[in-house]
Amino acid sequence: MDTMEGKINTQTSDPKPEGNKVPSVKIKVLFFARARDLTSLTEMPLEVPSGSSADDCLNDLVARFPGLEEIRECMVLALNEEYTTESTIVKEKDELAIIPPISGG
Amino acid sequence: MESDASRILHELQSLRASKSDIDRRISALETQLHQINLLNDSVPNGSHHSISTIDNSHLNGPHAHYLTPEMIHRYSRHLLLPSFGVQAQSNLLKSSVLVVGAGGLGSPALLYLAACGVGRLGIVDHDVVELNNMHRQIIHTEAFIGQPKVKSAAAACRSVNSTVQIVEHHEALRTSNALGIFSKYDVIVDATDNAPSRYMISDCCVVLGKPLVSGAALGLEGQLTVYNYNGGPCYRCLFPTPPPTTACQRCADSGVLGVVPGIIGCLQALEAIKIASVVGEPLSGRMLLFDALAARIRIVKIRGRSLQCKACGENATFTQQEFQEFDYEKFTQSPLSPSPLKLNLLQADSRISSKEYHDRVVNGDAHVLVDVRPAHHFEIVSLPNSLNIPLPSLEARLPEISSALKEEEERKGVSSGSSAQLYVICRRGNDSQRAVQYLHKTGFTSARDILGGLESWAHDVDPNFPTY
Ligand SMILES: [Zn+2]
Repeated sequence: MDTMEGKINTQTSDPKPEGNKVPSVKIKVLFFARARDLTSLTEMPLEVPSGSSADDCLNDLVARFPGLEEIRECMVLALNEEYTTESTIVKEKDELAIIPPISGG
Repeated sequence: MESDASRILHELQSLRASKSDIDRRISALETQLHQINLLNDSVPNGSHHSISTIDNSHLNGPHAHYLTPEMIHRYSRHLLLPSFGVQAQSNLLKSSVLVVGAGGLGSPALLYLAACGVGRLGIVDHDVVELNNMHRQIIHTEAFIGQPKVKSAAAACRSVNSTVQIVEHHEALRTSNALGIFSKYDVIVDATDNAPSRYMISDCCVVLGKPLVSGAALGLEGQLTVYNYNGGPCYRCLFPTPPPTTACQRCADSGVLGVVPGIIGCLQALEAIKIASVVGEPLSGRMLLFDALAARIRIVKIRGRSLQCKACGENATFTQQEFQEFDYEKFTQSPLSPSPLKLNLLQADSRISSKEYHDRVVNGDAHVLVDVRPAHHFEIVSLPNSLNIPLPSLEARLPEISSALKEEEERKGVSSGSSAQLYVICRRGNDSQRAVQYLHKTGFTSARDILGGLESWAHDVDPNFPTY
């Protein structure tokens, strides 16, 4: 990963990490409603191995924020503002949104 | 003086009662007149069909609509909109919309729906207006505090538009009455504040084939979508598994910025108007997410109808009878009319009433009072000399309690035989019990919680103590 450090912030045109033993993709995770409370974040970058599914990303997130387990069964999962299933493979610069329902009114 | 005041109050009460009676009669007569005008208007145009079988294709010619001169004047700005016009306004006037919940979402939704001229507007709510509603439930006025929200909301709607038929359903929505109420309306607006109601309303709309405009708001966020519209998904398609009870917070516990439900409620009115007037593209298969702090609105495409959905799926056989027998409280593990949770975790001798606690303070008994509410609650109001240790940080801050007890014993000169008492308080007396349970396990065996928390203090000891 050391060769990537400088590239990630400056080079936005090349979506494929080069020269890595374990190629990875960087995505952005967006948290809504209860997911914000549980992570204290509205969004975060996430780096996962290439070929990871949305489900893999969720597992990674639950490992970082165990509280997220609470809403795992009750959320809308959207990739780039479109409904996605957990088996969808994420790509570089994808936006994965975790949207639990709000009940209040 | 006192008898004067009560006489005035009585007179006010009876005047208000007769006023709302008169309002109701005016509303009924106006509806009758409206129907008569519809009939009269249709005759000179050579139209042969009855009102109930109007064919829209015959409404194109000049004057071939059923708007009275008053309606033309009242709704002129709608009529002037090329993409709305006479056709959409006529559709609206013939439509009926039901708003479930006259709270933060329902307030603006109802006002706009009344103003825009839906034919019939129903309101379901069983609650009364409270002072701590006023910051967001803008349909209600201070004069209605303590009165049913339905009554207050209906009065406001009538004062905005006396030509709309307003129907008051002053009852809690249950599986026993939902089918009967919903079946009288074309469009349903979910403006409720709890998970079981949301499932119940969605299922009822599926069973009856009604479009559902669903809005929700909490904190600084809002969500909006249209369910069960034109083959689109229902609430259960999206959320087949109900949220855990910890995940569905309420405004009463978590707070809400008043204008946030206001914005979502306005959008609900907009979607209901679009569906009822048959214009535009309703927000079906998409969900609008409103983020007030970031000033951002996102629209996310959501899944279509789920073939596996228990309510609307391919093989679903959810009937009216099943709906009536379904236990939504059990399904979501939360009550349909959320009342504050009342835990009972402790033995009676580990608890003390707020009055008893007050007596001990007056006596000057050596004690430490730990307040386990979150810091931003403590900032609102707290009892004198209380030590704020929010429940989640209790474990890490036990030494502070030990030293506070020691300090108190030294200060009060308690003999080495006895010791200072440890009391725990919170907002309503639930977290204080959880805290005492934990304290007992960690050696603070004499810890006791104050029954009913600060609410009982305000109720039983100091009526001037602020509640929130
Ligand atoms: Zn469904």
